[in-house]
Amino acid sequence: MNLIVDAIAWILDPAHYGGPNGIGVRLIEHLWISVVSLVIAGAIAIPAGFLIGHTGTGRAAAVLVSGGVRALPTLGLISILGLSIGIGVQAPIIAFVVLAIPSMLAGAYAGFEAIDRRIVDSARSVGMTEWQIVGRVELPLGLPLLIGGIRSATLQVIATATLAAYISGGGLGSFIFLGLRTNDYTQMLAGSILVIALAIAFEGAFSALQRLVVPAGVRAGQRTKVRSGSPRSAAEAE
Amino acid sequence: MFTAAKGRLAWSAVAVGAVVALAGCASGDPLDEGTSTGEEGAAAPLVVSSQAYYSNEIIAEIYSQALEEGGYEVDREFQIGQREVYLPELEAGNIDVFPEYIGSLLQALDSEAAGGTADEVYADLQEALPGGLTALEPADASDQNSWTVTREFADKYDLTDVASLANVTEPISVGGNSELATRPYGPEALEAQYGVPIAEVKSIEDSGGPLTVKALVDNDIQLANIYTADPNIKANDLVALDDPDGIFFPDNVVTIVSDKVDAGAQKILDEVNAALSADDLVSLNSESVNDQKSADVIAEAWLTENGLI
Amino acid sequence: MNWVLNNLALIGERTLDHLAIAVPAIILSFVLSVPIGWVANRYRASNGVLLWLSGSLLAVSGLLYAIPSLPLFLALPAIIGTGLRDPINVVIGLTLYGIALMVRATADALASVDPNVEQSATAMGFSGWSRFWKVELPLAGPVLLAGIRVVSVSTVSLTTVGAVLGIESLGLLFTDGLQRNIPGEIYAGIVLTILIAVVLDGILVLCGRLLMPWRHAAAPKQQAPTELVVNA
Repeated sequence: MNLIVDAIAWILDPAHYGGPNGIGVRLIEHLWISVVSLVIAGAIAIPAGFLIGHTGTGRAAAVLVSGGVRALPTLGLISILGLSIGIGVQAPIIAFVVLAIPSMLAGAYAGFEAIDRRIVDSARSVGMTEWQIVGRVELPLGLPLLIGGIRSATLQVIATATLAAYISGGGLGSFIFLGLRTNDYTQMLAGSILVIALAIAFEGAFSALQRLVVPAGVRAGQRTKVRSGSPRSAAEAE
Repeated sequence: MFTAAKGRLAWSAVAVGAVVALAGCASGDPLDEGTSTGEEGAAAPLVVSSQAYYSNEIIAEIYSQALEEGGYEVDREFQIGQREVYLPELEAGNIDVFPEYIGSLLQALDSEAAGGTADEVYADLQEALPGGLTALEPADASDQNSWTVTREFADKYDLTDVASLANVTEPISVGGNSELATRPYGPEALEAQYGVPIAEVKSIEDSGGPLTVKALVDNDIQLANIYTADPNIKANDLVALDDPDGIFFPDNVVTIVSDKVDAGAQKILDEVNAALSADDLVSLNSESVNDQKSADVIAEAWLTENGLI
Repeated sequence: MNWVLNNLALIGERTLDHLAIAVPAIILSFVLSVPIGWVANRYRASNGVLLWLSGSLLAVSGLLYAIPSLPLFLALPAIIGTGLRDPINVVIGLTLYGIALMVRATADALASVDPNVEQSATAMGFSGWSRFWKVELPLAGPVLLAGIRVVSVSTVSLTTVGAVLGIESLGLLFTDGLQRNIPGEIYAGIVLTILIAVVLDGILVLCGRLLMPWRHAAAPKQQAPTELVVNA
């Protein structure tokens, strides 16, 4: 427990905030790397997930890719990428994009697939175009699962972004590595606590977001609706 | 949020407890093997260990084969992490033979250590070692920190030794492990002692490995902390700057042994160290990196060549 | 590729080491998550302290995943008093991550059982205990399977991080391959990690088929994917 008290004292010490190695700069670097990775991953995974979910084709490939990608060890990936791209934030960001894609992809297409096909057919029969179906029916109904996917991707990336410091990418991992290399457990623990606090802050933001954006009707029906997803989706989405 | 964090911790504690209890039930599993403490007496094998560093593993393998040749039974536990991981194991007496480097080990044991010549550092090291551990006579071979630049950069500013870095007129980026910032030979010392214009320190956590070398060759950094026995220095035509003022601690290879290593075994290890020259170490490393040979093959060839087995 | 052919014995040994860490962690996560998930699900619909308990079990177990793995593996020995390079540290750390994923999956799996079925079972005279084992758990099976499959893949991947502490696994092929700049060694580590993940996944699917033969006749209702994580 003493270690934790020391670590919190370390975090509260104003001397640790200024300068290029201060908590302020490292926190912003960490946020920046995480957000950029998540935005890129989202730009790839979410449209792809919608397409798979809407058309129902290509899901076997998506399941295979996301399963395989999930087994990819991020540190190995950063090392290999670093050897071809060089030091800095590029190699870690690519690795974190790869890390975030499976959860987002699964969230996006599982969200679409969990929708009762009869609802989609009804929408079609009242004369909605395919775009209207996606935008007004599938997207709102699939939103809880999509946001769930983005939420877990965010948690993973924030925790893993510590590895950016391995190749000069900065971020809160810098404290962890420096602590590790100089037997400064207080600093290492302080770095870890900052990462966890950041993750908790994002979790809070996501639950608020989920409450705000999910349509009231969806939320009311969620308890039963989500359970009656398409039979095979969950198991095979994994 | 504070209560949430507290709850999480309490919960983690419960979970850990549960896991430990369960793991206890399942003990006797294959995970528990290893770390013989040598309490079984003279018949127990000597535990030879190495860092998670290929060059160190080669030296440990050389020790192992030489000891086996002398009739000792050896238990190899190689690649057991960096110093922060194995030092407690070594101090606890779980390891009997470990190849180390005099300066780096001294600094790890005593952060206030003064440095000096190899003899002085070796003498200080013997003082600093905890009871039950002995440092045998160091080898000529050394694998020490150096400030390294590209040949092009060296020619441009006429660089030969660390002091000549003052010739550099552009602000430079420095690369190396993050602990560099806290070392007496670190970037701050270069700036203060020699007036080297330093723009930025980039932490690259591969201990002067390929990522650091690539950053140097790519000119992402201009000055790198690389170990002198690294064959990449030669392969990439890099220049390790001389260190006449001794800002780096000498890092000769030294064998740390426990009390379990008897006089006969010590004699064998002394003979190996006496034969291990600085050039030998670089070429052993090169066989590992460039020829991709495994440690046992490299060790056997070197021992045979030197008439030790 | 030469490196791979010359070091098949080493690769085999590292693969076995890897399995010896990952498999116990996967099993422990499953065994521990079922009771915790049951508690979390049982009190989800209640109020007051019990609701709070349920909510915090879910939230807190989920957040275990936010702990960066490297410091966790380093801090665990200090907390539980094991040696720094005892593989048990990594097994426990991975079990904690597995629990982080699996508790919510278990709660969701149990929630996916139709309440009408539960009531029918009670009406037929099942006691609470036997109803859990003979009705709820089998019906929750498919979603539990989905959860443990995610845990399995991410555990196999995370096992490599232990290499930084000198704990033997395929991760040592990354650290050694990087230092010696032998891409074949790094790729061998990556390919085998994925291969182990795929094989274990196949075994889990097979177990599912054997334990739940009714699944193909009438596919039960399911919950959405659990959080999926691989953090390092």
